[in-house]
Amino acid sequence: MPEADIAIEVEGLAKSFGGRSAVKGLSLHVQRGEIFGFLGPNGSGKTTSIRMLCGLLTPDSGRGRCLGHDLLTESRTIRREVGYMTQRFGWYEDLSVRENLDFVARMYEVRDRAAKVDRTIADLGLEARQHQLVGGLSGGWKQRLALAACLMHDPKLLLLDEPTAGVDPRARREFWDQIKRLAAGGVTVLVSTHYMDEAERCTRLGYIAYGEMLAQGTATELLQRFGVERLEDVFIEVMKDLKDLR
Amino acid sequence: MNFWSWGRFFAVVRKELIQLKRDRLTFAMMVGVPIMQLTLFGFAINNDPKHLPTAVVDADRTEMSRSLVAAVQNSGYFHVTWTGESLAQADRRVERGEVQFLVHVPAGFTRALVRGEHPALLIEADASDPAAGSNALAAVDALVRSALRDDLTGPLASLATAPTSFETRVHRRYNPEGISAYNIVPGLMGVILTMTMIMMTALAVTRETERGTMENLLATPARPLEVMLGKILPYVAIGNVQVGVILLAAALLFGVPMVGSLLLLLLLTQAFILANLAVGITISTTARNQMQAMQMTLFFFLPSILLSGFMFPFRGMPTWAQWIGEALPLTHFLRVVRGILLKGNGLADVWPHLWPLLLFITVVLGLGLSRFRRTLD
Repeated sequence: MPEADIAIEVEGLAKSFGGRSAVKGLSLHVQRGEIFGFLGPNGSGKTTSIRMLCGLLTPDSGRGRCLGHDLLTESRTIRREVGYMTQRFGWYEDLSVRENLDFVARMYEVRDRAAKVDRTIADLGLEARQHQLVGGLSGGWKQRLALAACLMHDPKLLLLDEPTAGVDPRARREFWDQIKRLAAGGVTVLVSTHYMDEAERCTRLGYIAYGEMLAQGTATELLQRFGVERLEDVFIEVMKDLKDLR
Repeated sequence: MNFWSWGRFFAVVRKELIQLKRDRLTFAMMVGVPIMQLTLFGFAINNDPKHLPTAVVDADRTEMSRSLVAAVQNSGYFHVTWTGESLAQADRRVERGEVQFLVHVPAGFTRALVRGEHPALLIEADASDPAAGSNALAAVDALVRSALRDDLTGPLASLATAPTSFETRVHRRYNPEGISAYNIVPGLMGVILTMTMIMMTALAVTRETERGTMENLLATPARPLEVMLGKILPYVAIGNVQVGVILLAAALLFGVPMVGSLLLLLLLTQAFILANLAVGITISTTARNQMQAMQMTLFFFLPSILLSGFMFPFRGMPTWAQWIGEALPLTHFLRVVRGILLKGNGLADVWPHLWPLLLFITVVLGLGLSRFRRTLD
């Protein structure tokens, strides 16, 4: 596989906080243009892994490359090319939608800022709400803003940490249509989720628990390997194996 | 690589200004606090209290004793609110706090005086608050002596205290009338800047951590210095507005003399503002939420007003407390601002108080920036 086709390539990433290990020896390969689904129970190390991938956390050990840039030495370059959507909504509630996006565009020093902000607002259907203060928006609109914010600088890789938590089914479907469109345009997406219908939309899946990657593959591969019919059951089988190991 | 981007810096400034504009209460506080504190402290605090309530028991009842009591009253420090016969009743009034002083002229005072028996005139003071009556007590001895000098003439002249062979002249320089506001109002400038500058920066940065916006900010290519300076620049501007308000009030409302160069004062005020912002940033790197940031601000603010010489005389403190005081920026700024305004100090005169301020900025800002999290580790 030529290097240019690989978006994420990490080996043995580990991170612990105050002696408690959150991620142990995570290895991950994601190809460009893929939608990679990150599955696992709460507290399994998904958020920590994503934060390491975008350079917000420094791994204790391991190495790897994101979009061809070294994780440890080129984290600033990675930040310029990666769009990260946090699990908890973290934009300014006392600013309007447009002001928030304008701020993000300025932080990334986007060219043709006003036009780019206009376009992003149109792409995500935020026109009607653009002058509203974010604090008064519902969860679905906030999620759209958060996605818009991390698309502002045309990233080649999107890291989405449980982007659809607490969002109604219609907004979720629209969100995934957007993700599909982006992936079709060549953007790589890594998304963590608890929803199995979302997992089905991913090109490949990885199950993580207790900070370890337990199984990886396409949905079909995983169903075959564990001899089950639903992705949910893969989840349960994987956890069963883990218990046997311990 | 670009180590500094004006674009990102101004993006942060702009965002901060919009937020400030929307946060009406905070904005009102920043202008309201100086005005409120000025009125409170400037008009209310008086270090030289006069017309203190006094009880008089004149058991002598002679012309001389009456002229003594009149002299005490005329000094302006004492205001006779109760006159009676009974020492016990007067004593009760001191106990109950109705009067600050009790003047007792014992029976036979004049007679004993004329006989040259050195009678005693008793003045009792409620010294539970030592500062309240100290000036009055300091004045009373000279007062009584000069009152009696007029009565002890002719054959009694020998009883008057002989004038000393030299005289002591006291010049109260820079504030001859001892007006408290001249000392308090310039000092308030330092106190108000300490309070608002530290609190505002500490809160502004901690708010980002608390609301989860820091994670997004860190995920952008922004550098810590751009974020830091961008966040504090609006507060530097606000600090200067406060300085303007206070100086204007000092000149127009309180008539504080401004002997020295205002330009020099404004220049050095920037150093003081920076010192406080540095404290605010350092607090924000330690505090987890805005509540903690507030508490830490108060933790720094209290010694600042108590040990800096704003409230109590600096030289009256024991050496160890003076050392703590010397480490606080407010102590040095008070000397600078009083020196320039009241004494007309120049740069050379205030340099001994300026370099500790600069040293403080270097150390604390360095500490704050090194602690500012570049990542979430």
